[in-house]
Amino acid sequence: MELVMEQMPVVINALNTGFLQTLKLFFVTLAGAVPLGLIIAFGSMSRFKPISWACRVLVWIVRGTPLMIQLLIIYYFPGLVLDNPIWGGGETGRFLAASVSFILNYACYFSEIYRGGIQGVPVGQEEAGLVLGMTKSQIFFRVTLLQMIKRIVPPMSNEIITLVKDTSLARIIALQEIIWAGQSFMKGSHGISGAIWPLFFTAVYYLLCNGILTILLGRLEKKLDYFR
Amino acid sequence: MPILEVEHIQKKFEHTEVLKDLSFSLEQGQVLSIIGSSGSGKTTLLRCLNFLERPDHGIIRVNGETLFDASAPGSARESDIRRKRLHFGLVFQSFNLFPQYTARQNVMLARELLAKELPDYRERKKEIQQEIAAQAETLLTQMGLLNRMDNYPHQLSGGQCQRVAIARALALQPDILCFDEPTSALDPELTGEVLKVIRELAVQDTTMIIVTHEMSFAREVSDRIIFMDNGYILEQGTPKQVFEHPREERTRQFLSNYQGENR
Repeated sequence: MELVMEQMPVVINALNTGFLQTLKLFFVTLAGAVPLGLIIAFGSMSRFKPISWACRVLVWIVRGTPLMIQLLIIYYFPGLVLDNPIWGGGETGRFLAASVSFILNYACYFSEIYRGGIQGVPVGQEEAGLVLGMTKSQIFFRVTLLQMIKRIVPPMSNEIITLVKDTSLARIIALQEIIWAGQSFMKGSHGISGAIWPLFFTAVYYLLCNGILTILLGRLEKKLDYFR
Repeated sequence: MPILEVEHIQKKFEHTEVLKDLSFSLEQGQVLSIIGSSGSGKTTLLRCLNFLERPDHGIIRVNGETLFDASAPGSARESDIRRKRLHFGLVFQSFNLFPQYTARQNVMLARELLAKELPDYRERKKEIQQEIAAQAETLLTQMGLLNRMDNYPHQLSGGQCQRVAIARALALQPDILCFDEPTSALDPELTGEVLKVIRELAVQDTTMIIVTHEMSFAREVSDRIIFMDNGYILEQGTPKQVFEHPREERTRQFLSNYQGENR
């Protein structure tokens, strides 16, 4: 125990650095996947068959294969198979490849949630707007959008909490996120080796982060509770 | 001149002909009720008048102005149609109120959006908004909802929701107010309050087209009755003609289902 207390400051410092990278990947994924998901959702609902078909196939592939494999393919395929290492080297390259993989993967999941949300708003809402002389965009922004958001908050909360934990998969391409940071103390880092407790301790970070997210998303859900 | 002239309207969905050559007209201030069994095309007709469906053939004229002519492709442009829709109001069977807005906001929303298109909106913003708010209060009071203006739809009964929907349609001052089975989604004890409001509108000479299964109400409130069957207008005339002396056997047969109610 004494040893742990001695190692604590060094470990916390390293884990904080790793967690910063975790958070960076989390926020970049959200910022990219939230709008991209909407585009894919509209694409898969498009009346132009080739577009809806392409979007649905993309969603099928991305949701049908493990994110870990997608990460590996996206990171290694350009360099090893095409001989064109587009991501560049080092942590920046790994972060870029991880971001692209996560954004693509999560956009596909989000798109299905959006699609359910959009299609769940009764047609009568749009028709009522049309009859009242509203334009399609007025109907979307003033009538449909909020009803859709209300519908998607619970399933989106689920996905967002999963995303926090999924960022750890980026460890497979050696992105220096918190799991990587925790693991490094097993092999030896900062003069500490053979210590497994830092790896276990990373769970506390995830738990705290998701605790905060749960509270925030719960508040949002409550805020939209004023109508049904 | 009639306020509404409908000529040779036809509408097909896939392979089903829903409306087969319908023509009728309506005078200003009159109430027209459309009766007939389910699937006879009553609702589709209302939806065509409100441009929620485009007829395949036919002409729709309001106050002598041709709003829709299936043979003139230019008359179906979305931007024009938006303006043309405003000649008609539509009250839906299932109300279709906007759940995230209060009764008052439901009534005001469309007018506020339209007001923004006025050239002098910026200078007169305050004045216009006060006018819209005042109108909403007047309408909701008229509907007996003075104390319910700031309730959300889920806090209102079905009958109250439908009355808000009527106020919402009236706010745009349509030439012709259409009702698509306005009481069919209501508990029997709530239909009365909605019918009462429609009756009051009839007294005020509001031009209305009402699709309904409430035969005694149609008979009492209407100036004209259309009986539709299988996509055709089988019979039209005054309530007295249609209800007491139907010419067609099919009309007689249909009305006999409601006999208990009518006597």
